[in-house]
Amino acid sequence: MDKVIVVEDLQKVYKPKSRKQTVEVKAVDGISFEIPRGEFFGLLGPNGAGKTTTIGILTTRVLPTGGRALVDGIDVQRDPVAVKRRIGVCPQVNNLDRSLTGRENLVFHAEYFGIPRRVREHRAQELLDRFQLAERADEKPSVYSGGMAQRLKIARALMHDPAILFLDEPTTGLDPQARRAIWDLLSELNAKGQTIFLTTHYMDEADQLCRRIAIMDKGKVLQMGTPAALKSGVPGGYLIELQVQSADGAVTELASALPQLPGVVEVKAQNNIVRVYADKAEGLLANAMRVAGERGVIVTDAHVSEPSLENLFLHLTGRSLRE
Amino acid sequence: MATLIALLHRDMRVARRELKFFFLRVGIQPILFTFIFGYVMPRIQLVQTGYANLLLPGILALSMTLSGMQSVALPLVVEFGWTKEIEDRLLAPISIMGVAVEKIIVGIIQAVIAGLFVLPLAWLMMGSHLTLQLQNVFLLVAVALITSWVFAAFGMVMGTMVEPQQIGLMFNVLLGPMIFFGCAYYPWAALQVLPWFQKFVLINPLVYASEGFRAALTPQLPHMSLWLIFGGLAGFCALFTYLGLRQFERRSLD
Repeated sequence: MDKVIVVEDLQKVYKPKSRKQTVEVKAVDGISFEIPRGEFFGLLGPNGAGKTTTIGILTTRVLPTGGRALVDGIDVQRDPVAVKRRIGVCPQVNNLDRSLTGRENLVFHAEYFGIPRRVREHRAQELLDRFQLAERADEKPSVYSGGMAQRLKIARALMHDPAILFLDEPTTGLDPQARRAIWDLLSELNAKGQTIFLTTHYMDEADQLCRRIAIMDKGKVLQMGTPAALKSGVPGGYLIELQVQSADGAVTELASALPQLPGVVEVKAQNNIVRVYADKAEGLLANAMRVAGERGVIVTDAHVSEPSLENLFLHLTGRSLRE
Repeated sequence: MATLIALLHRDMRVARRELKFFFLRVGIQPILFTFIFGYVMPRIQLVQTGYANLLLPGILALSMTLSGMQSVALPLVVEFGWTKEIEDRLLAPISIMGVAVEKIIVGIIQAVIAGLFVLPLAWLMMGSHLTLQLQNVFLLVAVALITSWVFAAFGMVMGTMVEPQQIGLMFNVLLGPMIFFGCAYYPWAALQVLPWFQKFVLINPLVYASEGFRAALTPQLPHMSLWLIFGGLAGFCALFTYLGLRQFERRSLD
């Protein structure tokens, strides 16, 4: 199969910079994956997981300290300029050219890529229309709303018709409506054949948009697959989360009693939280409460959730994506 | 190469849009200086009439060096430290060095424009008191170009080292002494009465620029020897270009 991205055992280790900071930081810790042409691929993980560093390496902005990364068959370290020709990048920071208007941002970007004047002007107009920016195309991006600036960044990344489009947290900080608009836009682009690589810490975003997701935490890829396959990887699928209050030992006792209930697949206790992974939720909550009551454990809060990527992440790391 | 020209095109478009501010920035100081020292003071006989001849090359050197430096340093400080706009240029299909070299070229162009603006202006104001002997146009062009390069590269060194919060400090701590010790307002040869000071100011690149313009515009007056002028300028040019490019690459790559 034709692969746009090949990543093999990629690493980025930051050496300690000062005497105070003695530990080296493994921002990316030996990750591997491949992305076939036309795929919508998502890197899901909390802040600090190493997503931005990974995108940084793939877009030639960060030098890896180990492993290798190929973009469209080209090694990012050996020929960064050739890689830059093939990628469109929408970074997390707003790096729009503040001295130029929205339209000029697009046109000059295309000029950097050597696209002839007629073509670039035509394409800029086309993208401005399509991304609903045409009305304010001749204003500077500093007066744009967050959603508009984001759309302009995506339009700019598309000006030179890249083999792959990189988006680093494209909807962070946007209101739900603007977010929706970006989602529609990206789905439409992918439907037309655009390969897309996206990072996000919103599980619904990854779930909704991506054909395949890699879950990343602390520099490592924990699991990778289609959203459906990943969700079915959570034991049982359903999750009952109990917030408890009790004397020492009672929680442990509760955690060892719960697996005997019908449908329970796995139980994990952590501080004052007991997580019950189960096949079905029906009647289980009541049973669990009863068992807790018998053990003298007070349940202060209970929450039942459906199979989700959030649950998977919780299961894999013991932490929430939002933490 | 096409990308480099496109980047230049972008910077020139932005510069043209801010042209009036550019001329204000470049012009105000030399006009004031020329007016007071070249027009008012000779008339109230506080300075000798010939002072204008010493002053003009210095004013020209100062204007060119400051605009060359500012046009590289200020955008870099902002783009690296604050807006992160540099990302946009670094993603263009050109090497990091290519982006850096383009920035230096922009600085050179702006310094030359500043020179072309200030020279006739100062000449006009000091007119009757000037005896310029511009015999060697080639020398003038050579001094102007290498001076612009030195200070555009110097601007890159500063622009990649200084954090946005320290811009004010940079002007006070670095530019102040550089301007006053730069032989812009007095000729280097006259400093022989203060030998330690005459030697000390040699660490200041502006000295070579001021003396270079003296050698080109008023060769009849005492000035530094050409080999020392070009030696100094070439030395600082190599040093600042090396440091500037290295530092730019360091800031650009993680």
